Amino acid sequence: MKKIIIGLFALSIFTNTAKAQNTEGRALPSADLKTVEGKTVNSSKFTNDGKPIIISFWATWCKPCKKELDAISENFEEWQKETGVKLIAISIDDSRSSGKVGTDAKSHGWDYEIYIDQNQDFKRAMNVNNVPHTFIINGKGEIVWQHNSYAEGDEDHLYEALKKIAKE
Amino acid sequence: MRKIYFRTIKVTALLLAVNYSNISFAQLNLNNLSNLNVGEVHGNFQADAQYYIPDSTIGADPAPEKMLMNGFANIIYTKGKFSAGIRYESYLNARQGFDSRYQGNGIPYRYATYKADELEVTVGNFYQQFGNGFILRSYEDRGLGFDNALDGIRLKYEPVKGIYLTGFTGKQRSFMTQGPGIVRGFDGEIQMNETFKKFADKKLILTLGGSFVSRYQKDEDQTLVLPENVGASAGRFKISRNNFSINGEYATKINDPNAANNYVYKAGEAIFLAANYAKKGFAVSLSASRTDNMNFRSDRTASVNNLLINYTPALNKQHTYNLLSFYPYASQPNGEFQFSSEVNWKIIKRSEHKLDITFNYSGSNDLDTMRLNPSTDSTLQGYKASSYFMGEKVLLRDCYFEVNQKFGKKFKMSVIYAYQEYNNKFLKGASDAGSVTIYSHIAVVDMTYKIKPSRAIRVELQHLATKQDKQNWAYALVEYTINSNWFVAVLDQYNYGNTHKDGNGNYDKRTHYYNVSAGYNKNANRITLSYGKQRAGIFCVGGICRQVPASNGITLSITSSF
Repeated sequence: MKKIIIGLFALSIFTNTAKAQNTEGRALPSADLKTVEGKTVNSSKFTNDGKPIIISFWATWCKPCKKELDAISENFEEWQKETGVKLIAISIDDSRSSGKVGTDAKSHGWDYEIYIDQNQDFKRAMNVNNVPHTFIINGKGEIVWQHNSYAEGDEDHLYEALKKIAKE
Repeated sequence: MRKIYFRTIKVTALLLAVNYSNISFAQLNLNNLSNLNVGEVHGNFQADAQYYIPDSTIGADPAPEKMLMNGFANIIYTKGKFSAGIRYESYLNARQGFDSRYQGNGIPYRYATYKADELEVTVGNFYQQFGNGFILRSYEDRGLGFDNALDGIRLKYEPVKGIYLTGFTGKQRSFMTQGPGIVRGFDGEIQMNETFKKFADKKLILTLGGSFVSRYQKDEDQTLVLPENVGASAGRFKISRNNFSINGEYATKINDPNAANNYVYKAGEAIFLAANYAKKGFAVSLSASRTDNMNFRSDRTASVNNLLINYTPALNKQHTYNLLSFYPYASQPNGEFQFSSEVNWKIIKRSEHKLDITFNYSGSNDLDTMRLNPSTDSTLQGYKASSYFMGEKVLLRDCYFEVNQKFGKKFKMSVIYAYQEYNNKFLKGASDAGSVTIYSHIAVVDMTYKIKPSRAIRVELQHLATKQDKQNWAYALVEYTINSNWFVAVLDQYNYGNTHKDGNGNYDKRTHYYNVSAGYNKNANRITLSYGKQRAGIFCVGGICRQVPASNGITLSITSSF
């Protein structure tokens, strides 16, 4: 009996914290990233003139990540026209493959801002477990939406969420 | 009896009271506290539990505990320029394949950071890499059980725009404890275009960096006089102009006799060079490195992946398909000469018939060295380099060709062919004549068909053909994405070509390694449940490898970010 009660208690705490887990209003954490050319940029300075930003964590060796970025790329012009969005792709490649991040992105023809998070400081600050992991930042610079992993058609859900956030 | 009831009621009442205060706290947190600006709490969570079923056909040993579980949660508090965090880790007990020194529960990671605009101070644990990592990389890969976080003090300072200075001192994590050595380091980087107005609008972008790392460990050796302070230094550059870029790094380490280099007093050295050309739809990259005696640890007696201070990147292509990474390469800090070349070309750009190809050729050899005669080698150098180029021994060759084609909006396909040569004797110590060098041909076909906007079926077929080791393997996977939340997958890896026979002349090693899994995804939460067999082998991700034993059982994984 006692065990059941304690179990229920634990469960209800969990659901409570789940309620509190709303990411609404969270500002972008600060971490130093590198551009493909080797310049240093701090993540807390990401802005898009009051319009939303998509932040997508990926790696050159991650096939689902590239599928997602390719799928977005196909309709990205329309997304930009509709919402003014910009996409920041954060590569978590280490020095084994970080040299190929720029070439990979260019050969895919992506119109994204690309940064390298070589020792995963930004990944840790954003609490990312695995790639792909995608966030939407609203016009006020707050993290308001996130999604882990990629399945076919997820880009449509991302676009729906983006349109809603752009209107707010 | 009655007493017990009363006690139960009391406990319930107490718990409910705590719980309600908790609810109101949660609401308070959402509605009011954010306005009061007391900061924010965020984090992530992961747990992997496996129930083990012994299986003699694949050599899966029983786990005495029957079920093993690893888990962790990161909790980060931020308020303005201040942030602090902890990671609670639990290994009850460590899953098979993880080092058994991961045991019990604890908070091996905690830190506090304050960042004013140009100055950042961290006390507690931190991860840090200098340059490409040749003399310093403290890093984590939780899935592989790798964590060599530093514990100490770190300062980062940007005195002038474009000049970045980092200094630290700390001790390294070794499983649930710390290593004996003290590690200190300093790094400076200058971004010329940001620092000097003259360069600001130039097309040429130039960044230079230099670093120094030193380890102190007391010499308690009875026979040898070991250096207590071992210093390593490195210099690096990166230049880009329009579509071209070149970057390189050179590192040296003074004599550092340790268990990994058989206590030789030779100095260490590493050089790395990479060049890239990329325009929209087309890219070429070339890289090469030479590493000699660069095993650097904060405990000179440590082995395998424990207490590594630095990292020498492997340059071969990182594979994720199962049979392509069947014989994985790990970089050889004691000595290797590596090269890699890759071409990416998007031939058809129209989105519905997109066609792109990737070609990669990479490899690694030993160094051209000469063993010194111990009777004349008075300074215990061990060996010397005969030339600066590669030795005759091939460690790895990987020739890889990939085509990706889209057929309309619904169907896409990848076809890969690779030829690999793998020095099993040098890399894994194989002595059996039939598997000293493994030559394998691998083919992969990966097809995705989109049934509805969020419903898709993916089929992966792979084949590995070799006359060495365990001979031929076939692999098939079917993955069905039901909607954006649910997926199911079935796979089988079949060692159909194994020619091993039992006493009666029957093929007894033609084993199926099957696996069934289902998963649920929503926002930043993911739950997967799988049942199946896992073959023994080395698994590598991000340059770190670990030996995984054969296992059979049910695995539950949960990840969440909040």
